[in-house]
Amino acid sequence: MSKIVEACGIRQLFKSGDQILAGGFGLSGTPLTIIDELLETDIWDLTIVSNNLGDNGQGLHKLFMQGKIKKAIGSFFSINREAVIAWTKGELDIELLPQGTLAEAIRCGGAGIGGFYTKTAVGTELAQGKEERIIDGERYIFEKAIKGDVAIVRAAKADRLGNLVYHTTARNFNPMMATAGKIVIAEVDEIVEVGALDPEYIVTPHAYVDYVIQSKYVKSGREYVESR
Amino acid sequence: MSQDKRHVIAKRIAQELENGQVVNLGVGIPTLVASYLDEKEVYLQTENGLLGMGPSPSEDELDIDLINAGKEPVTYLRGASFFNSADSFALIRGGHVDVAVLGTLQVDVYGEIANWAVPNQPILGVGGAMDLVAGAKKVIVAATLFTKDGESKLVPQLTYKTSGIKRVDLFVSDYAVFTFPPDGVKVVEMLEDVTIEELSEKVGFPLEYLNPHLQTSSR
Repeated sequence: MSKIVEACGIRQLFKSGDQILAGGFGLSGTPLTIIDELLETDIWDLTIVSNNLGDNGQGLHKLFMQGKIKKAIGSFFSINREAVIAWTKGELDIELLPQGTLAEAIRCGGAGIGGFYTKTAVGTELAQGKEERIIDGERYIFEKAIKGDVAIVRAAKADRLGNLVYHTTARNFNPMMATAGKIVIAEVDEIVEVGALDPEYIVTPHAYVDYVIQSKYVKSGREYVESR
Repeated sequence: MSQDKRHVIAKRIAQELENGQVVNLGVGIPTLVASYLDEKEVYLQTENGLLGMGPSPSEDELDIDLINAGKEPVTYLRGASFFNSADSFALIRGGHVDVAVLGTLQVDVYGEIANWAVPNQPILGVGGAMDLVAGAKKVIVAATLFTKDGESKLVPQLTYKTSGIKRVDLFVSDYAVFTFPPDGVKVVEMLEDVTIEELSEKVGFPLEYLNPHLQTSSR
């Protein structure tokens, strides 16, 4: 069974109020084509889980500017001026998590684990309201797992089964997010035949992936540009 | 001038690093440390998923997917590896990073730092700061000792929001290198031509040398 679909075919997979896990660090590893498709939908009040809200006016920034995002959960939103202003005005809800806590919470979400205890952020403002526990004489706080209604990820290659391999630091949050969405959509640079990917190098096994689309973006110098 | 101070700090921190160490360099002054490593073989980790980070690319080598935690394009060296963010922070939190070099806004006299949130400004970014403070085996902070307004970043008590309860090992500033034994801050060495009395006056509280022998010696 092939999981390859046309980009516009994924619009129906989202609904208003969804929690969406979106891969990427800056714009590296961001599913830009999938985000563009979301712009074409009539769905609103989204909660976005992502390290940041796009960059350079691209990616999730577009979705935010369209007013589709109600809440953002992530580690670094400071660079998005408009988001900072919206938060100040009470128009955007933000939940800030340390980057490692964000990554691990998503990993847990996909692995059937309810949460975990970490030393990160103990004694800080980000620990407020979180259960604290002493383990082997050290203070830890409890962090709950994160899951999504839909996970949108970016990979370098997919085969027709949905096995994924990534490219350099564009991997970032994508492999965990690919495990933690009820529906998982991968955007890739290249789609290859089954058997073309070396099993030793597959990072995301196809069992996690529901749909694969061909990316419309290519790298051009310091930017990602639409190719067609 | 301030550019020089930043390089003095970076160069001094490079001396602290040892062959074979896995090191995470934060943004700002910490990034400059890489240019003073000379022949030292340390392995740079960047928390967005690379161990074995190399210098900035030439235009030919540029690959915009390949970036550091400051989102600047980088390269990778022989023996490098890529991994996802959860694995990257397992490396950090699990104590597998030997040294983290971080920028900071304040350091208290016991070595607790505030390096993520400026008061009275929207606080919408923490990144990997708290994970690195809590998890790295050794934490070195890098900052000029005084703000642009002349306020000391070494303070009796943090007035900015703490980054965690773990104390840092070393604070390398443009004036002096500080360490933090249980009874409070001590000066390891001066990097600027001032006496300990003069520096005490500048920061606003009495400072002592770690090695009392230096206490009595002149400049």
